[in-house]
Amino acid sequence: MAGKQTVVDSVLAQNQTDEPKFKSTHVENAELVEIDEGLLLASNENKLDLKEFRQKPEEILKNLARDATQVLFNSLWQLPVEKVEGHFLIKLPEIKTWLPREKPVPKKKAVTKWQEYAKVKGILNTKKSRMVWDEASKEYKPRWGYKRANDDTKDWLIEVPVNADPMEDQFAKKKTAKKERVAKNELQRLRNIARSQKSKVPGVGLTPTEQPSKEHLEKALAIAHKSTASIGKFTDRLPKEKPSKYTGKKRKFEPSIGNLKSEKEKQLKILDIHSKKIPKIDVTKAANRALRQEEEERSKAAEKKSRKTPKKQRGKKASLGLGKSGGKIRKGGGNKKTRGKRRM
Amino acid sequence: MRPLTQEETNTFFDKLSKYIGENIKLLIDRQDGAYCFRLHRDRVYYMSEEQLKIGSSAAGDCLLSIGSCFGKFTKSGKFHLHITALDYLAPYAKHKVWLKSSAEQQFLYGHHIMKSGLGRITEGTEQYQGVIVYNMNDLSLGFGVAAKSTLACRNCDPMTIVVFHQADTGQYIRDEDNLT
Repeated sequence: MAGKQTVVDSVLAQNQTDEPKFKSTHVENAELVEIDEGLLLASNENKLDLKEFRQKPEEILKNLARDATQVLFNSLWQLPVEKVEGHFLIKLPEIKTWLPREKPVPKKKAVTKWQEYAKVKGILNTKKSRMVWDEASKEYKPRWGYKRANDDTKDWLIEVPVNADPMEDQFAKKKTAKKERVAKNELQRLRNIARSQKSKVPGVGLTPTEQPSKEHLEKALAIAHKSTASIGKFTDRLPKEKPSKYTGKKRKFEPSIGNLKSEKEKQLKILDIHSKKIPKIDVTKAANRALRQEEEERSKAAEKKSRKTPKKQRGKKASLGLGKSGGKIRKGGGNKKTRGKRRM
Repeated sequence: MRPLTQEETNTFFDKLSKYIGENIKLLIDRQDGAYCFRLHRDRVYYMSEEQLKIGSSAAGDCLLSIGSCFGKFTKSGKFHLHITALDYLAPYAKHKVWLKSSAEQQFLYGHHIMKSGLGRITEGTEQYQGVIVYNMNDLSLGFGVAAKSTLACRNCDPMTIVVFHQADTGQYIRDEDNLT
């Protein structure tokens, strides 16, 4: 028994003195290494001693790598281990480190013109039920589409409105109206797509509108002008018609800091033209003439007044004389012959 | 900030010439350096070349004012003179109106000028001619438009309007936020 004991002791002692068969799994300062088992990641964010590092960089790096790896494997063996067909399996836990996403964040869907408008106006979408009660068939039917409820396209009779032309085909009218609405919607869809891709929105003539605005008509006119084989080169214009705003040409301005000298000359030229346009009047001469005219008029008026007053006075005196002294003056009037006769 | 277009220059000079006639030339063609007109946010600014160079380094959105503002283009394309242009108009004025000291305050509060407040008027002023308004000490107060010619002024009664008010130095206080 004692012999056996000594043998074991001696083996152990030899084992200790000899180099160990397996390297130790022990790591000093294991708490310095951070582990994320989910990603099999070990990281040591502590500072290195730079002086030491410069002396023997390879060794230090090797040691660090070994320590980190060892800590990672130690922690992995702490997890529950399964044995399947002679292999050890460890189920990795959830990752702790957040990685940046691989792909860019998806862009928001571009809003349509209506959505934009609705947001500004605060219009909310109210959800309508898909199925609607159909009075005719007494059952629920879809609100739109195939076999819809209250289907007005299946009407076999349409009342002619009071103010409508009686010979007008109301069925055809309904059909064309629907077609136009569909076409308008399609156009708006395309324009929304164009807008979202920031490509040029296709120019349209007159989209169907109830009351076209002035701007709308101007646009239509501009398009109509151009809609010839020669792109409007020979289209007749109205006299004094302003050039259209919708030419597709951008305004161009001269640079802010350009040639100041040429700019000055241009402005002086404009001034020159400007001064030529103003009719040249000798102001003092004109004023003097006006003054003289006024004075003349005034003097004429005064003359008239002075002439009138004595006449009136004469008349008054005459009338007074009549009242006072009878035919005295009458005797004085008339020609010589009659005077004499009357006296006789 | 950009130079005026041909059309804009025409309307602008049209308006200026009502006040200073062909003296606009003296504003453009100056002996003491190059000066120019620039349009910024519908307003016309008068500035020297150096000011222009400094100012054009600023972004358009950030630039509030540069040089001195002469006035603005309305949305219908007309030009309105601002009181800030007075310093440049007054020395070259062709037609002047002097106010009696009693009418001075009325004018500075933005009222038209009555015949009763009229001290003197330049001989040969026509109707609707732009005039610069001074007080009796030859201090420029603002400008306006003659409602009556010099001759017609003589024969009208004291309560008739002789000069329509357009801008006065009182606006520096009243319209502080509009002037730039």
